[in-house]
Amino acid sequence: MAVNAAPRPRRGGGIRRGEARAGWLFVTPAVLITAVFLVIPIALALWVSMSDWNGFQSPLNPRVNFVGLENYAAITVEDGLDQRNFGTAVRNNLYYVLLVVPLQTIISLLLAVQVNRAALRGRGFFRTAFYFPSVTSTVAIVVVFQFLFTASGAVNAAIGALGISGPDWFNDSTGLIHGLLSAFGITQPPAALAEPGFLGISGWEWIAGPSVAMTSLIILAIFTTSGTFMLLFLAALQSIGSEIDEATLMDGAGPFRKFFSVTVPMLRPTLFTVLTLGLIGSWQVFDQIYVIGGGSAGGTISTPAFLAYRSSFVDLQWGQGAAIAFILFLFIILLTLVQRWVLTERTPRKRNRVAATEKIAANDSTSGGLR
Amino acid sequence: MTAAVTPATGGTGGTSIRTPERSFRRKKQIGGRARANMLLGYLILIGLALIYIYPFLISISASFKTDAEATQNALSIIPDTITFAAYERLFGDVPFPLWAGNTLLVSVVVTVGRVFFDSLAGYALSRLQFRGRTAVFVAFIAILSVPGVVLLIPRFLILQQLGLYDTYGGMIIPLLSTAAGVFIMKQFFDSIPVSIEEAARIDGASTFRVFWTIVLPMARPALVTLFILSFQGSWNELGHFIVSRQSPELNTLTTGVASLVSGQLGSGNQYPLQLAAAVLMTIPVAVLFFIFQRRIMNTTAGAEKG
Repeated sequence: MAVNAAPRPRRGGGIRRGEARAGWLFVTPAVLITAVFLVIPIALALWVSMSDWNGFQSPLNPRVNFVGLENYAAITVEDGLDQRNFGTAVRNNLYYVLLVVPLQTIISLLLAVQVNRAALRGRGFFRTAFYFPSVTSTVAIVVVFQFLFTASGAVNAAIGALGISGPDWFNDSTGLIHGLLSAFGITQPPAALAEPGFLGISGWEWIAGPSVAMTSLIILAIFTTSGTFMLLFLAALQSIGSEIDEATLMDGAGPFRKFFSVTVPMLRPTLFTVLTLGLIGSWQVFDQIYVIGGGSAGGTISTPAFLAYRSSFVDLQWGQGAAIAFILFLFIILLTLVQRWVLTERTPRKRNRVAATEKIAANDSTSGGLR
Repeated sequence: MTAAVTPATGGTGGTSIRTPERSFRRKKQIGGRARANMLLGYLILIGLALIYIYPFLISISASFKTDAEATQNALSIIPDTITFAAYERLFGDVPFPLWAGNTLLVSVVVTVGRVFFDSLAGYALSRLQFRGRTAVFVAFIAILSVPGVVLLIPRFLILQQLGLYDTYGGMIIPLLSTAAGVFIMKQFFDSIPVSIEEAARIDGASTFRVFWTIVLPMARPALVTLFILSFQGSWNELGHFIVSRQSPELNTLTTGVASLVSGQLGSGNQYPLQLAAAVLMTIPVAVLFFIFQRRIMNTTAGAEKG
């Protein structure tokens, strides 16, 4: 990332005169917008997270008190509703991440490998078909999914044809693991799991699994992000080239053997990028939950990002909302730092720029409220 | 969106793809097993493509159905009775044109501003010597990793402090520049030769003049990339418009259609209305996507070789 303009000899002013002034003039709009609408607001929110501001007047007015880490304590260590709400949101998002990240990686890799087949006719068509959901607005996709997954909707009609009666997807709060256990007759927690545990959530609730409603959101996420990640894999596959492919086939390796012992190892850097981008993005899920209404399905689709919004804007507990946002912020920054560290440690210099570019490319789609 | 790369390589992205015909012939020589494999591959792909496309098709179809039929007969692709009732309601009971106008206004201003400010800053960081340049660049790099979703509360707070809350200014100004855009432009300017500008500068042209008349026209590929990213991003933006406004007159398509889903207008089984809104709001982005799809999808491929 070093500044790369070659040092040029300065011949006393000359053509470089006024350059410093122009330089600052050119960066000023971008710097100002970033400072006023990103850096200062974050500082302001940090103050709010340590204050008892309730949303009236300015958070800087003298009647607002500094309360230290009280808001942070209320959601993490003090027993109560706020702590349980936060714990539930963390649990919901954890299951979301555990399913979305591996599944979207596998599916996007599968799509890329299929689309990349050298002999494929209509490659452009398939690429477009898989990528299109990634460019459409989350709001539109949620509308489509609510229509598809409604109790009498297309999905249930399709699986009904197979003799299965589908659930009322977006309103079903049953955890998948709880559902599975109840099939074996276990509907009550064993005594050991009934007590409130970490973040005020009992062990029984921790192992509930994603609710059916959350599962629909997981499917939605995979549907919208797999296209973006497919393009990253596709680019990597094309840089490998088909010579290696053909050489392996000539050596008598079957397609599966080839995939696992040649393709996957060569894709390792991209695989890492996709996994970490997915990880970073899945902890930021907000848009779809806002549109559906985070309170629905018994609170099983609420996430920390949504809870931060709701605590502040709906419940007017601004301090707690900001505190949740900061915990999320630190956590995501940590993930990002780990990603950057590994990318710079592991990858040879030549690939660094590619990695950075990939990151930015996908970041725009992911942080745009990772669908 | 995935078009963000050093677009100098964008144009060459396509050439490295092995021409299908050539490989196809080679495959033929390998024999029948390969052909069976290929057929299987096609079947898998067609199945997958159906899963990705069918939801959109039945959604478009359902927007022309009656409420009752959309609910009872969700899977069918051809409506029994075609009705434009949902679309008529969108332009009657629902202030859809207002939402569309707001979105268009915000997206156009944000896109133009972002392309201009980000390329200005990118150019300065790439070419101009000034004290503090490295520090500014490092700061932008650091800001790249700030997750967008945690900015919701901070943005509301600052807009309220500045008196910009619930105004077009508050909806637009914070989006006028992004660190990612600055980074894309800087990377691009790093990749083009400096000699032409030098010549102009020796002729005595001012820095801005050099930038405006010589550098920007050369930067077209990167500008197009940034244009696509910005337009699509602001057209689809939801979070910022939730926290920067509250009056119904300032609803954008995203916040407006979201209110259709949760509000009274869209309650019950009025899927045709919601779907019609979703279809209409998707059209501009879809058009943009189809016009630029080669660039959108190839730039990623090109970047890999950068």
